[in-house]
Amino acid sequence: MVMTFIFAFIVGGIFCVIGQLLMDVGKLTPAHTLSTLVVVGAILDGMGLYEPLIHFAGAGATVPITSFGNSLTHGAMAEAEKHGLVGVLTGMFEVTSSGISAAIVFGFIGALIFKPKGNID
Amino acid sequence: MEKEQYQQLEQNITPPTPYLKNAVKAFVVGGLICTIGQAVSLFYIVFFNFTEATAGNPTVATMVFFAMILTGFGLYKRIGQFAGAGSAVPVTGFGNAVISAAIEHRSEGLVLGVGGNLFKLAGSVVLFGVVSAFFVALIKYILVTIGVVSW
Amino acid sequence: MVIIFPSKPSLLAGGVVAGPLEDRSTFKQYFDTVYDDERWQMDTNEQGHRKMVEEACEFVMKKGGITTAEVDYLLGGDLVNQMTPTNFAARELAIPFIGLFSACATSVSAVIVASLLTELGAANYSIAGASSQHNAIERQFRYPINYGAQKPQTAQWTVTAAGYALVGKHREDAPSIEAATIGKVIDYGMDDPFHMGAAMAPAAFQTIKSHLDERKQEIYHYDLILTGDLGQLGLKLLKGMLVESGIKNEELTLLRDAGAEFYGQDESFQSGASGAGCSAAVFFSYVMQELRAGTYKRVLLVATGALLSPLSFQQKETIPCTAHAIEITMK
Repeated sequence: MVMTFIFAFIVGGIFCVIGQLLMDVGKLTPAHTLSTLVVVGAILDGMGLYEPLIHFAGAGATVPITSFGNSLTHGAMAEAEKHGLVGVLTGMFEVTSSGISAAIVFGFIGALIFKPKGNID
Repeated sequence: MEKEQYQQLEQNITPPTPYLKNAVKAFVVGGLICTIGQAVSLFYIVFFNFTEATAGNPTVATMVFFAMILTGFGLYKRIGQFAGAGSAVPVTGFGNAVISAAIEHRSEGLVLGVGGNLFKLAGSVVLFGVVSAFFVALIKYILVTIGVVSW
Repeated sequence: MVIIFPSKPSLLAGGVVAGPLEDRSTFKQYFDTVYDDERWQMDTNEQGHRKMVEEACEFVMKKGGITTAEVDYLLGGDLVNQMTPTNFAARELAIPFIGLFSACATSVSAVIVASLLTELGAANYSIAGASSQHNAIERQFRYPINYGAQKPQTAQWTVTAAGYALVGKHREDAPSIEAATIGKVIDYGMDDPFHMGAAMAPAAFQTIKSHLDERKQEIYHYDLILTGDLGQLGLKLLKGMLVESGIKNEELTLLRDAGAEFYGQDESFQSGASGAGCSAAVFFSYVMQELRAGTYKRVLLVATGALLSPLSFQQKETIPCTAHAIEITMK
């Protein structure tokens, strides 16, 4: 169990370093960086590599944005296996979307209770 | 002074991007956020009957909740200035992108402001996530159909 | 490009109002007031922005000892889309108004137009200046205020401040405008919106150079050449260009930048301050007061502006910049 925490730290950290390098070396904006990582997550899952990573690193793999690409792909593939081609579309949000739905709901709530402030510290 | 000459001068005077320092900061903060995520996962596994495989969803939602609090009090942007991708890449960064846009555009109303701008920063992540998932699954489906790989 | 003003219109009074974070400014003591609420107790940042402009203009009139009815023209602008804060402030003040946009060079272009109106005899009193409000500008040009994007060391911090000045007929005891240079729009192919100093430095160089050349002056004829908003890196670049053009290093100590000094050496502001209100606030408080006090006899104020929009950046355009200069003297 302790090991999972350590692996979560390391794997999560590595994903972030890749993101940082995309920004600093690749000169990408945050939006470009995150979009790239999401695609990477989808491809990793297509190759069957993301689930083993979750098993190994836990939140180190589920918390970075790559996991979003993974779960979308995972849902699409699971449905495609059961229902054929149409499942690719219908299954997309089967597994995932806790991130999206949480962001929408908390975004709405946040907008109701907070105001933007230009503080620096 | 010619443009090329000026660009040379600009290169000489502008301090280089601290690649290593930025990478280390991103690694530590990103790693810490994921470690907190692991603790949240464990909490759901121990107390709410989730398994290792299913704990990801409530974990992500909880992390986004934390992001809302930190964003609302103006703390997330300070973490972001320090950590760069370390706080942008975890799902909390996705949450921050959505929530900061929502708070920002509250002044234009709930429908046109919040509704219209909620995904102005994070929308591309949703777009490329969905489209890439579609193509990856489609390719896999074709490969399975012609018998190259199996599900 | 140089305009000479034979009647030497004067800067009769200045009004500078700043936001809460500007409490840390090295120029703070020169400001008329530092407000503790960034929204001026209004609902939105844009309304606060408007209120700030109104207050700055009210200070100008109070210090100049005149009423709104006596002001012939209001000239100014800001960085918000269609300049609504300044337009709305003009509605409240009810003074004949022309909105001007030269990005962060607006303060000086407004003073130039006001001086021309004075020279022409069309105006006894004009109020000219510019402003910026951090939150309103950030959300327009960059990201939502609470978004956690990492700013590089080259970035500059948009100031919350409004700086306006009363321009009128020549008066012996007030700083007077002898000449001005309206800058060309210069583009050296810089395209990083987080490195505006580098984009603007060539424009400042061109304007300073042509002003000095046409006026047959040298840098040492001035007590101070103050650029507006190049930031620490932009100032270094401007000095680099001047050295390259044959100006001696020791003369460059006369060259300072409002953005580079605005927040002192505080690293949380990266390369320094920017925004139309930054140079306006420093010019119309610190510089005017020091001129009146006799610290400086001849000053060249060079306000620089980056003429980009978020749209032009996303469409991969480079950043064209301009710089306008006014030469101010004190008896």
